[in-house]
Amino acid sequence: MTVPMVEALQVRKSFGRLEVLKGIDLTVDPGEVLCLIGPSGSGKSTFLRCINHLEKIDGGELSVDGELVGYRRSGDKLYELRDREVCGKRAEIGMVFQRFNLFPHMSVLDNVTSGPVRVQKESSTTANERARHLLERVGLADKVAAYPNQLSGGQQQRVAIARALAMSPKLMLFDEPTSALDPELVGEVLDVMRGLAEDGMTMIVVTHEMGFAREVGDTMVFMDGGVVVESGDPKVVLTSPQHERTRAFLSKVL
Amino acid sequence: MTVPTGPSTPPERKPSGPHKTVPVRHPGRWAASGVILVLVAMLVNTLFFSGVVRGGVEEGRFQWPIVWKYLFVTPVLKGIVVTLELTVVAMVVGIVLGVVLAVMRLSPNRLLSGSAWIYIWFFRGTPVLVQLTFWYVGITYLYPTLTLGIPFGPAFYTVNANSLVTTFIAAALGLSLNEGAYMAEIVRAGIISVDEGQTEAAQSLGMRKSQTLRRIVIPQAMRIIIPPTGNETISMLKTTSLVIVIAGADLFAATQNISNANYQIVPLLLVASLWYLFFTSVLTIGQFYVERHYARGSSRALPPTPLQRLRQDLFRIRPQPVPAVVEPTWLPGRERAP
Ligand SMILES: Nc1ncnc2c1ncn2[C@@H]1O[C@H](COP(=O)(O)OP(=O)(O)OP(=O)(O)O)[C@@H](O)[C@H]1O
Ligand SMILES: [Mg+2]
Repeated sequence: MTVPMVEALQVRKSFGRLEVLKGIDLTVDPGEVLCLIGPSGSGKSTFLRCINHLEKIDGGELSVDGELVGYRRSGDKLYELRDREVCGKRAEIGMVFQRFNLFPHMSVLDNVTSGPVRVQKESSTTANERARHLLERVGLADKVAAYPNQLSGGQQQRVAIARALAMSPKLMLFDEPTSALDPELVGEVLDVMRGLAEDGMTMIVVTHEMGFAREVGDTMVFMDGGVVVESGDPKVVLTSPQHERTRAFLSKVL
Repeated sequence: MTVPTGPSTPPERKPSGPHKTVPVRHPGRWAASGVILVLVAMLVNTLFFSGVVRGGVEEGRFQWPIVWKYLFVTPVLKGIVVTLELTVVAMVVGIVLGVVLAVMRLSPNRLLSGSAWIYIWFFRGTPVLVQLTFWYVGITYLYPTLTLGIPFGPAFYTVNANSLVTTFIAAALGLSLNEGAYMAEIVRAGIISVDEGQTEAAQSLGMRKSQTLRRIVIPQAMRIIIPPTGNETISMLKTTSLVIVIAGADLFAATQNISNANYQIVPLLLVASLWYLFFTSVLTIGQFYVERHYARGSSRALPPTPLQRLRQDLFRIRPQPVPAVVEPTWLPGRERAP
């Protein structure tokens, strides 16, 4: 039996008195592409942020690649990880944001090499070489020297994907990667993601692109009110949803 | 703009031939320029060409020869060195202190943010002049001996405060600690101006908090931090003149010493002013280039350097050709602009 890449058991998270995640159960196998959908405020981003420990969970168990997020188990005790260890775990997970979050004061190349050079202490020659290769892969070989504000949204998001890939992550998290893009630029980003999925990358994708989810996704999970309402094969969930809430949501977005 | 529907014939539109363009006249600007020219002439005249009778003798109003004579004398030059040293020390210590205090203030730890708040409250809440005097007089009064050792434990080393706290040290301490409080607020404003997504992106790459601050946040905060820091530096250069109250040996004190002896009060004030102006001008130019450096990657185009501007102006004087034919806005065969 393979170790799941992500395993969530009754994961809970509150902000003050607002309980955002009310017991999430979910498993992602290596190589699986999981598409997460749900209405605004249902806790999709919060859940993604918990996976790479940008948020600390308040209850339940969350593990990535067989290791607990944020804790080390020893005997029957859980020891909180030090900052250094948390950073090491984050470096193994790539994250792509809705608003790209490229570093505006760095060239495209420096954006892509910043992780390998600063975090993985790679030499800048090897990092540059790999970064050029990755930029070529996302179709931006000619933008190496540009600054983020000189690029279109679609190009920026592709650079952001290259930046995450430069860390050779074992898991990629996408938080509505195409929601901030003009419609004609969505395709170029989805193409890159499709390529990643074909290469066997494990991905969790929060998206409203149902076409992409149907075609590329292995699993679709519908979240509402901080719980997983329904999950299954995207084609099945999209065509014959079992739950009333899923049906209501899909009727609004499709 | 209307989009033509179907293959209808395009409307017959032609540009109506070349025009002679007449720029708008600005009579107000000409009048204002005239007034300013007259004022400048008056200023030059009173500065350099007018005389005045003092003690029965007619002499130049501003006594430039005396100013010139004292501009480069050794005590003045030594004073300049002290002024510059104080400015550099106070700004360097102030900036370092400011960054530390700003980071402390933004810390989720209440004790850290609280103590930074109290520091800023205290040092911004009392005048620099009082602080300077305090460091010089107050310290030796309150703590005649200073001791290095374990808190509440044995002492390793004890010195007489009077010998340790020289005028320069008291001046540097007073100015730096005060500057730290102001810089803290400037740095904090810079840090919180950086989008939170930047920190998130850096953290998701696995960067440590310190790396995120140094590599990602501070470089972007610089655009906000630099202009007020330049102002602070220029202001500090002049504030150093306050050390005269604790018998500091800076530029202003040096000129005052000379004029106390020879009663050439106004010429020596001019000596001091000319030097202050010279150094603030140098700082202003430096600030321009530092700002340019940190404007990389921002959405606005970089401002031209004075040299580039000069080149542009020279270029612009040449008559510009007026386009003879205006492109029609509607092009057959293309429905929409790309
Ligand atoms: N740092 C925070 N502090 C307080 N409340 C927060 C914080 N982050 C998120 N929330 C709240 O948690 C809830 C879930 O937010 P989340 O961003 O996870 O939703 P989402 O499903 O991603 O929605 P969207 O589709 O709009 O992005 C929202 O009500 C939000 O206001
Ligand atoms: Mg979200």
